[in-house]
Amino acid sequence: MTTKSKAVAAAAPVNSNKIDRRSFVTELMTHRGSGLVVTGLGSPTWDLFAAGDQPENVYLWGGMGLAISTALGLALAQPSRRVLAMTGDGEMMMGIGSLGVVGDQAPSNLGILVLDNERFAETGRQKGLSAGRADLCAIARGFGIAETMLVTEQGKAAELAEFLFKRPGPVFAVAKIAVTEDPWRLPEKDGATIAHRVRTALGLEKP
Amino acid sequence: MATTSAHWSDDVFREIKAREIKTVCTVPDGGLTQLLRRIEADTSMRLVTLSTEEEGMGVVAGQWLGGTKAMIAMQSSGVGNCINALGLPTSFKTPCLMLVTMRGQWGEFNPWQNQMGQAVRPALEAVGVKCFSVDKVDEIGETFAAAADMAFNGKLSAAVLVSQRVIGAKGFGQK
Repeated sequence: MTTKSKAVAAAAPVNSNKIDRRSFVTELMTHRGSGLVVTGLGSPTWDLFAAGDQPENVYLWGGMGLAISTALGLALAQPSRRVLAMTGDGEMMMGIGSLGVVGDQAPSNLGILVLDNERFAETGRQKGLSAGRADLCAIARGFGIAETMLVTEQGKAAELAEFLFKRPGPVFAVAKIAVTEDPWRLPEKDGATIAHRVRTALGLEKP
Repeated sequence: MATTSAHWSDDVFREIKAREIKTVCTVPDGGLTQLLRRIEADTSMRLVTLSTEEEGMGVVAGQWLGGTKAMIAMQSSGVGNCINALGLPTSFKTPCLMLVTMRGQWGEFNPWQNQMGQAVRPALEAVGVKCFSVDKVDEIGETFAAAADMAFNGKLSAAVLVSQRVIGAKGFGQK
């Protein structure tokens, strides 16, 4: 990020959300058990890595809009494992139709969490499509994902974890997170290494 | 063009089954009708209907991460929707097998199909997808098999481009 774009970001308006994403995600992940977690590119990937690196983390660094469909493919292939897709509001909007595919396939082991700061936080905090009248939970229900949860309080992390990792899926949640300036925490970025790690953890490849 | 008693999709379906490909993602195309019907009727297979073709890049990669062989079947116009998304399987180095029925390529009646139809191969090759064209109906089985084996054994993205010479140029009775 250049000095100029940092100045622009600092001057841009922020949302009124209260949840601190890093500590919230870290608390959520203490409840993941044997869950596999797929993250959308950018901050959700940094958040998951900051919460703790493990082979069951599938970090996406690109393919904006594909976090949900990637997690869906994994959930359908591993019906005995819980799978969580965790992504940002911009990434969710780009792949919004994938909620229709999830609603149609209806995997009982899939949870979806949108970390919603209503901004394209990485590119200068431009206002996103969830900042106004759009209701992501209503959209998910409209696509046939009956179980949804909107979280606005930091203290609800344990309850949300129960919903995402235990409730029969597919389930969909939105956590309204503050716009924060977090230190970059960058995980492994070689895709083949990330894929090999998770396949090895699932017993599909030798270490 | 083959008759309905020996349709080209029979050859593709046979090679799909031989390789234990369990999931086929699709935004349907008229040229894929018979194949999709056979997949849907097969209780050991899963048909994943997409809202847009690039979702298939995610589903297919996720399936491989979880140990299942999957592929995508689409019309050539859908290839344009997949270009950025192909960065996912090529970065993961996971197989991405695409069956593409062509439009805008041979005897096309709808000129709106022509730009994407003509761009399919160079666009795919520009993002690292190995392309296999099929212009004769009796070559489709072996060509699909060759592409599938290179995709799954080499963890490549590979596309089988089925010509309108094989599937028939769509005319809506207006040719």
